[in-house]
Order: sequence, then C-alpha cells, then structure tokens
Amino acid sequence: MSRALASSRRAGTGVQAGSRAVTHTLTALALLFVGLLVVVPLGIVLVTALSKGITVYLEALTHPDAVSAMLLTLTTAIVTLPINVAFGLAAAWLLSKYRFPGRTLLVTLIDLPFSVSPVVAGLILILVYGKNSWFGGLLDSFGIRVIFAWPGIVLATCFVTFPIVAREVLGLMEAQGSHEEESALLLGARGWQVFYRVTLPKVRWGLLYGVVLSNARAMGEFGAVSVVSGHIRGETNTLPLHVEVLYDEYQFVGAFAAASVLTLLGLVTLVVKKLLERQRHRVSTRWQDTAPAAQANEVIA
Amino acid sequence: MRVAVTGLRKRFPGAPGAAIDNVSFTAPAGGITALLGPSGSGKSTVLRVIAGLELADQGRVSIGERDVSHLPPRERQVGFVFQSYALFDNMSVADNVAFGLELQRRPKAQIEARVRELLALVQLDGLATRKPAQLSGGQRQRVAFARSLAPEPSVLLLDEPFGALDTHVRVELRRWLHELHERTSVTTLLVTHDQEEALELAQHVVLLKDGAVEQAGAPHELYDHPRTPFVASFLGGATVLRGRVGEGNTWLGGSIRDAPPDAEDGELVTACVRPHDVVLTRPEGAAATSTLGKIQRLVRVGGYVRITLELEDGSLLEAELTHAEVQRLGLALGERVGFDFARTRLFAEDYAI
Repeated sequence: MSRALASSRRAGTGVQAGSRAVTHTLTALALLFVGLLVVVPLGIVLVTALSKGITVYLEALTHPDAVSAMLLTLTTAIVTLPINVAFGLAAAWLLSKYRFPGRTLLVTLIDLPFSVSPVVAGLILILVYGKNSWFGGLLDSFGIRVIFAWPGIVLATCFVTFPIVAREVLGLMEAQGSHEEESALLLGARGWQVFYRVTLPKVRWGLLYGVVLSNARAMGEFGAVSVVSGHIRGETNTLPLHVEVLYDEYQFVGAFAAASVLTLLGLVTLVVKKLLERQRHRVSTRWQDTAPAAQANEVIA
Repeated sequence: MRVAVTGLRKRFPGAPGAAIDNVSFTAPAGGITALLGPSGSGKSTVLRVIAGLELADQGRVSIGERDVSHLPPRERQVGFVFQSYALFDNMSVADNVAFGLELQRRPKAQIEARVRELLALVQLDGLATRKPAQLSGGQRQRVAFARSLAPEPSVLLLDEPFGALDTHVRVELRRWLHELHERTSVTTLLVTHDQEEALELAQHVVLLKDGAVEQAGAPHELYDHPRTPFVASFLGGATVLRGRVGEGNTWLGGSIRDAPPDAEDGELVTACVRPHDVVLTRPEGAAATSTLGKIQRLVRVGGYVRITLELEDGSLLEAELTHAEVQRLGLALGERVGFDFARTRLFAEDYAI
C-alpha cells in the first residue's frame, strides 16, 4: 500500500518535472520564432530606413511618388471603410436574426475571400471589368475606367476585406441573442429604431474591432491590388506597391522608409486592437451569465 | 383584459414535430394565469405567439375583444419580461423604463413622472442613474418589470422571469410579484416549470405536455383532481404505481385498494400516490389493508425526511414524513415497515404516461 503510494507520488513529480521542461522548451522555441520572424525584421526595417540619416529618410518619404502612394492608400482605406461597415452590419443582421433557405450558402460565400488567393481575386476583377470583357468595355465606352485605376484598387481591397467586419459582428450578434431587440419591438420600436437604439450599441465594440482589423488589411493589401493596379507611378501605386517598385530598383532607403510607415500603421493597429479586445471581452463576459439561460430557452421554444 | 387562444399550432422549420399543437385556453382578465409544464412542453412558444414574436401556423390569439393574430408585436400592447432580463445595457435604469414611453412620444414631464412612479413601484427609487451592469440579478429583473409596465400594457407576459435567480431571491421576488399584481391587477401570463411558483401565484393554471394542454383550471382543482397520471406526478411529485383489478379490488405493490368503479377484472390500472399521502407504521401495528415495504433510502432534508420504499413487487414508492414523525416511529434504513395511502388516484391504463 505505502509502496504503491510512494511510487505514484514519484510518478507525479516525474510528470511535473517533465512538464516544466516541456514548458521551458516550448517558451524558448516560441520566443525564438517570434524573434526571428517579427522582432529582427522590424528592427532591420527601421535600421535600413535610417541608415543614410534622417534627412535622406524624410526626403524619401516626401518624394512626390511616395506622397501620392500614401494618399492613394489613405483614399482607398477611407472609401472601403463605409462599404465594409454597411455590408458587414447588413450581412450580420440578416444572418443572425433570420432563418431562410440558402443561409448556409451565404455564410460560406462571405468566407470566400478568406480562402481564395488575393491574386485570383485580382484576376477575377480583370476578367469582369477589364477592357476586353463586355461589361468592362461597356463601362469604358462611358469613359469609366476600373482596371489600372483607383476604382479597381478599391474593388480589390473591398473583396479582400469585406468578410472581416461581417464575421466579427455576426459572431457577437449570435452570442448575444435577440431578446433585447424583441423587448424593443414589444415596447413599440420600429425596425430601424431597434437597430439604431439597441443592436448598434450592443455590437459597437465588436464593430470597431472589425473596422480596425479590416482597415489594417486594406492599407496593407498587396496581391489583389497589385494585379489590378498596373503599377503606374504617382497614379495607381499604393504604399505596399510603392515599396515593391523601389525595392526592385535597389532603392533600399526609399523602400524601407515607405515600409517603416506601413510598419508604424501596423503597430498602431496592434495597440488599438489590444485595447478594443479588452472592451469587447468585458462586454462578452457580462453576457456569459445570461447566455446559457437564453439558449436553454430556445431549446424549449 | 382577457387573453384567449384557440387552436394554436406552430412547427419550427427543421423540427421533427410541432412545438405546439391545437392549444386553446382562456386567461381571465385581471388574474395571473400560469403556463406550467416541463422543458419542451411548448409553454414558451405559446407565450411568444401571444406576444407576436412568433407567428402561429394555425389558430387565433385575442386580447380582450380584439383579434391580434395578425398584428405586429408593437401593436399588441403587451408587456414582456424575459428570463435573461434583456435590459438595454448602454442605457441607465431610468432610460430603460422610459424607452417605451419615448416611443409613444409622450410629453417629457409626463415621462419623468411615470418613470419615477414605476421605479417606486418596483422599489428601485434610488437607482435611476445606474447602468444595468451595476445591479444585482433581482434588481435587473425588477427594472425589466418596470420597463414592460411603463406603457400601460393590457397584458403582462412573463417568460420564466425568475429562472436565472438564486433560490432565495426567487422566493422573495415571487412574493414581490404577488404584491405588484395586487396593486396593478394587470392580466398576467406566467410561464414556469416550477409548480410551486404556479400554485402560489396563479389563480388559473394551464398545464402543458408535449405541446398540448393536458389540463387547465384552478390550482387546487388540478392538484386535487388530476385528470391524468402526468398531472398527478407533475403537480405534487406523485409516485406512479401499476396494479391490476381483481374481484373488485386493485392490487398495488402488495397493497389492496378498492377498484375504480368502472374497472373490469384483469384490467391494468395506474395509481398516483403523493409522497406526503403515504402513511408509514411499525410492522407490529400494521393494519390489515397495509403491507410491508423495505426502507431502501432515507434522507433528511431540513424538517422533512424523504424515504424510498421497496415494495413486494420490486416497485419503488417515495414517501415524505416530518422528521418528528420518523423519530417517533424510530425508522431506520433497511427496516421493513407497514405502509398505507391516505389518498390515491387511480387511472385506467389507457392513460399512458
């Protein structure tokens, strides 16, 4: 009896000691990867950008092509944002509040941009809106250019980013259920009043979170935009494309200076995202005590 | 106002059967009517159909003299309280209560007065500026009551309103709801699976099972004259025993009872015995009609003792005695005791459970 106890205790400490070794190894591995993949490259971006001094760095950033690229990226992000918000809210509302045939198909379609390569997305746009397609030809006859112009860039960016807000808000709406909306309806609210006064405040943090994420993606998108842009310098180059062009021309300081701007945007996004996650978490934990009850209720219904 | 539903049927898409089928009953004006039943009996669905949150496939809903079957929720003038409170988290308590009044575009002074009046009614006077997250569960539910009562609904619908609360808060709020109803006397429909809640609060009980009305009537009527074994076992937790009629007697687990008047020899009957209707005696003093059972389980719950008896034919019988009574009899686990029923209800076998 006592021997059995002793041996089991020994086994217990063995497992604990083993698990500690595993923990240390895994932590070291994770740090190594993060270091090699994130910290070192980020450092190199900044070091290279500033390698010829701050003046050269600032000159590279104020070069007309660089300014034009930044403006185009900014414009694209600003135009994409309301489209994503409107589509995301509408899709999430539809999918969480209604059950209809084809609903699962719609959910799958919304996820499509996550699974399709952005380059393919760009090619699809050329096939539809290019001068050689009948639709693109029709638009061209009215003097509207989509491909190799900013509308194409906006379309490509929208395609790549539209699931982000929809997914974020949909998850939140489904977790929260519809009892508040139903209460509002019973108290006399009409559809848009329910949306504006009840649903929107309920999902505001998730919405903002989705907006930040999709905005980061919009400013950093390369693949899809690269296919439809045509790389016209000072006209259809976004900031990521600008980086590529300069890099191909061995203008390392200029390339890394532009890259440092993108990096900075990424870091800002990360901080904002972290802050929003905290808010969102607070909202969702408040929900947890009532959510199971609501679910049980639905089973009864 | 009186609420009447007739022939309600609702089947949810993808569900194998109807959630409710041919449900009809009337909830009298000014009273509390309980919709009682186990999980999945369809009681919540009935309530949601009355509110207009679900549309019935068949049947009609009328409130007072008005047929509301095809009206949207906002035109039905019903107040609704959810188990999950469903308060607007971004608004203060006062704004929550004022929500329905603002939608009616009432003058500001009137809204303020009404909000104050309602917060006093639900005893939350000092908490008008708080956010729901700063309140306890019981307080939140009282805000929900105030919010639903604010626009002066003709009917109040409560969907397991105390289901998410601790037992002691639940009992407290039950008493509070009774007082609230005495003061407002608004026609109320209460969905609950808690028989105690239904028996204590309601003047009229509609017992549902598998989406259909099993029995409806005054609480004591259902309790004293259950129409089916299900009603008897759901209200009062009766043990169901099976027996056979022979020579004008019913043989139940070794005990002999008078047979139901219309029963024939050899017919199977079902007997329902409530735990507190079981009388236990020392085996020495057992009467001729009572037989022996073995105490298989004996658990003390506060002032009561729950006893499970194993009868001669192997069936189990639940009994509930006061602790004092058990001590007087000196009952112990594994002992054989005489048992009898103060009251049983017998049902012919075609009422299957």
